[in-house]
Amino acid sequence: MSRPAASPAGGDPAEAREVLRRLLAAERFAVLATEREGQPYANLVAFAPGESLATLFFLTPRSTRKYENLKSNPRVALLVADSRNRAADLAVASAATGIGEARELAGEGRSEAVARFLARHPALEDFAQAPTCAVFAVGIRRYILVRRFQEVTEIAIEP
Amino acid sequence: MRGLLAPQAIGPQDRPRVGGKALRLAGLRRAGFRVPDFLCLPAEAYRRFCAFRGLSERIGLELARKDFAEMRWEELWDCATRIRSLFLRHPFPPELEAGLREGLARRFGDGPVAVRSSALEEDTAGASFAGLHASFVQVSGVDATLERIRLVWASLWSDAALLYRRELGLDPERSAMAVIVQEMAVGEVSGVCFSRNPAAPGQAVVEAAWGLNEAVVDGSVAPDRWLVDRTPPRILEHQPPPQRRRRLVAAPEGARFEDLPAALAGTPPLSPTEVLAVVELARRAEEHFGEPQDIEWTRRGRELLLLQSRPTTARRGGEGEDARSWYLGLRRSFENLKRLRAEIEGRRIPEAERTAAELAAVDLARLSDAELVAEIERRRAIRRRWQEIYDAEFIPFAHGMRLFGEVYNERLKPGDPYEFTSLLRKGGLLSLERNRALARLAAAVRERPELACCLDAGDCAEAAADFQRELEAFLRRFGDFTCELGGRALCAGALQPLARLLREMARRPAAAPRPEAADASRLEEAFLASFPPERRGEAAELLDLARASWRLRDDDNLHVGRIEARLREAEAEGRRRLAAGAGEAAALERVLAAAAAPAPPAEAGEEEGDPSIRPRQLRGQPAGPGFARGPARVIRSPDDLERFTAGEVLVCDAVDPRMTHVVPLAAAIVERRGGMLIHGAIIAREYGIPCVTGVPEAVRRIRTGDALAVDGYLGIVTVGGGELCGGDPPGGGCSSA
Repeated sequence: MSRPAASPAGGDPAEAREVLRRLLAAERFAVLATEREGQPYANLVAFAPGESLATLFFLTPRSTRKYENLKSNPRVALLVADSRNRAADLAVASAATGIGEARELAGEGRSEAVARFLARHPALEDFAQAPTCAVFAVGIRRYILVRRFQEVTEIAIEP
Repeated sequence: MRGLLAPQAIGPQDRPRVGGKALRLAGLRRAGFRVPDFLCLPAEAYRRFCAFRGLSERIGLELARKDFAEMRWEELWDCATRIRSLFLRHPFPPELEAGLREGLARRFGDGPVAVRSSALEEDTAGASFAGLHASFVQVSGVDATLERIRLVWASLWSDAALLYRRELGLDPERSAMAVIVQEMAVGEVSGVCFSRNPAAPGQAVVEAAWGLNEAVVDGSVAPDRWLVDRTPPRILEHQPPPQRRRRLVAAPEGARFEDLPAALAGTPPLSPTEVLAVVELARRAEEHFGEPQDIEWTRRGRELLLLQSRPTTARRGGEGEDARSWYLGLRRSFENLKRLRAEIEGRRIPEAERTAAELAAVDLARLSDAELVAEIERRRAIRRRWQEIYDAEFIPFAHGMRLFGEVYNERLKPGDPYEFTSLLRKGGLLSLERNRALARLAAAVRERPELACCLDAGDCAEAAADFQRELEAFLRRFGDFTCELGGRALCAGALQPLARLLREMARRPAAAPRPEAADASRLEEAFLASFPPERRGEAAELLDLARASWRLRDDDNLHVGRIEARLREAEAEGRRRLAAGAGEAAALERVLAAAAAPAPPAEAGEEEGDPSIRPRQLRGQPAGPGFARGPARVIRSPDDLERFTAGEVLVCDAVDPRMTHVVPLAAAIVERRGGMLIHGAIIAREYGIPCVTGVPEAVRRIRTGDALAVDGYLGIVTVGGGELCGGDPPGGGCSSA
């Protein structure tokens, strides 16, 4: 179904991965898309990448809409972009959409994810440590990377 | 000496990084004044500290918690406390720390130093608000110095600084603080001097006291005062204090007061020659800076040292112009709080109890109409007097627990800056005692359903004499508090509200106060052990004071409330007579018109704005940990309180201690009034009920019946179930997709 690591521009697949890696390492926030009863819903979330491209972490209080949505449908999309609201972004900004499934972590997995998340967002320590804060790992199946306005690359991720 | 600047390295161009105080001291030293040697830690060190591991962002999050314009004084204190706790726990960037350790050790060794703020804004806006930032004396060793540097930095965000944030131009992205670490000058006599008396420019003013200077500057020791003619220098007048009792002396880890030896108590701290020497020092400083100076000095042996010099206009300029100075005046020293406690416990509370009992003994029904009018007026005057006592003594005494919290956080650096409150929950609160008595009555109603019937009938004397006796004992001890809520025309003797409450409590066992935290004694031990043995007594005394302050914070309203209830009772009697056609109708009408219940605060009204805009998640302070869901019961009137049923979320302007009887029934508490140490928060913690305070729109925008989720860990209140499709127009609903 998917063409792993293909680039319509015929570019170097390793280079696309590197661009993606840099984007995920540089950006702090992502747009999380969830769904319930057929209604899409989008949120800005602070995120942190996992050790590999296969995982992204984010947090949410359990009383939120996105948490409810995730409980009823764990399939999500996460958009990470480096646009800065400049006109030139059309040409120079990059954006990656990761699609996959979100899973709430507990126990050791949660602690490890929180440590990784806090390395990126140390100011959110109190939030992360609250018992009512849920920690999610999104297992990403595929990224869609957009550069130079309309150059689109799909990057499949091995589970 | 990486990162630290010596005075000779500081020039006028360094002002933006060293601040006005360091710049002046460096200039004075260069000009040959005897100023204790110092090192300055410039603003870039603060910036590096804050940039490390996200401290800046954390400060930003704290400051963004709520619009400052909506914050009460107490919330500013909370905000400052949390920021201070962040600074106390935040590690130094390793390279900065290494440089500081090396530089401080090389210059000062283990010798005592003073650690002082040097605000960058000083001499501009900040100059008018001297004393906003922290300074510490007699700090020994590099570890202790680094700790004090953290606290001086944190004081950039002190409650006082936050009060004057606009004038200071405080901005988490830009503001910074320089610090002066100075050789400690322990003088035998210290004081201040105005080179020109602002009230009489031809004169200078000298103030002096035995001991360290800080006691003169903060007013905790009354100084001797001299008015001196400037030219030629000549003493015009010596004003000794009423008595010379104490002095502040250097002690390990700071300073302490001690009684003055009798010989010194009878002697002015300066001879006439020395007074003139101080004036000469101030005159030279004035000449150096080219404008009148306000100096701080100390005399060590034969040496007269200049500690600080600033333009005369700077000192205490921020006071007196608005309510902010009133708030700053609430901050009391330990000594002052001890005196206040003795007054409150020894005199005020017994007096309040006597007064309430004396008023309760008056048989209103037997008074003539004219006597009733006089009685209402008398009670109103008594009520006014107690309100004054409440403002002047009870409210400042609440600072006892704050002072303890500051010390506790400094010593133990807990992750939760309100951990200290679990040590304060020792000893009973009156409202909890009442709640326990209520719970006993409710348990009886639960076990014996027939009691519900006789309660409804208003008399259980026949059906259950034993229960009736308990009920009467309860009323004697606590009064029918349901009529203390105000606004109720008739309450005396009407048992329905109490009966209803008991039935509700019987229906579903209510929460019981949590036992004292299991780790409270461990925390207490840790707190005491953090002091050197010779200071543990003082630490225990502070804890005891804080516990008294905690109790009074809840009990005070009950004491004043009982007096208020007696006023309401007399007014109710007046209204009853008016309705029945009293003889002295005109006089009664006049006196009752003055009693018109104060209008409910604006916040108490229900939102009338755009119905298409609804709150979803409201933010406040996490004042009681826990999470709960339940339907909202918004309290706008005593009737709302009466309708309260078990499992509802109590949403109110402020939990009045006279409302606390419904707290055990509540799933959670949401308050408009902000603060971590206000009544609602205290009671919620006692019961372990989730509580969020300081939600500005709580009463206005939440409606009774709204489904709420209260997150007392994060301080958020979520309204409604978050459906995305429910409100969609027909045909556009999500489920059809």
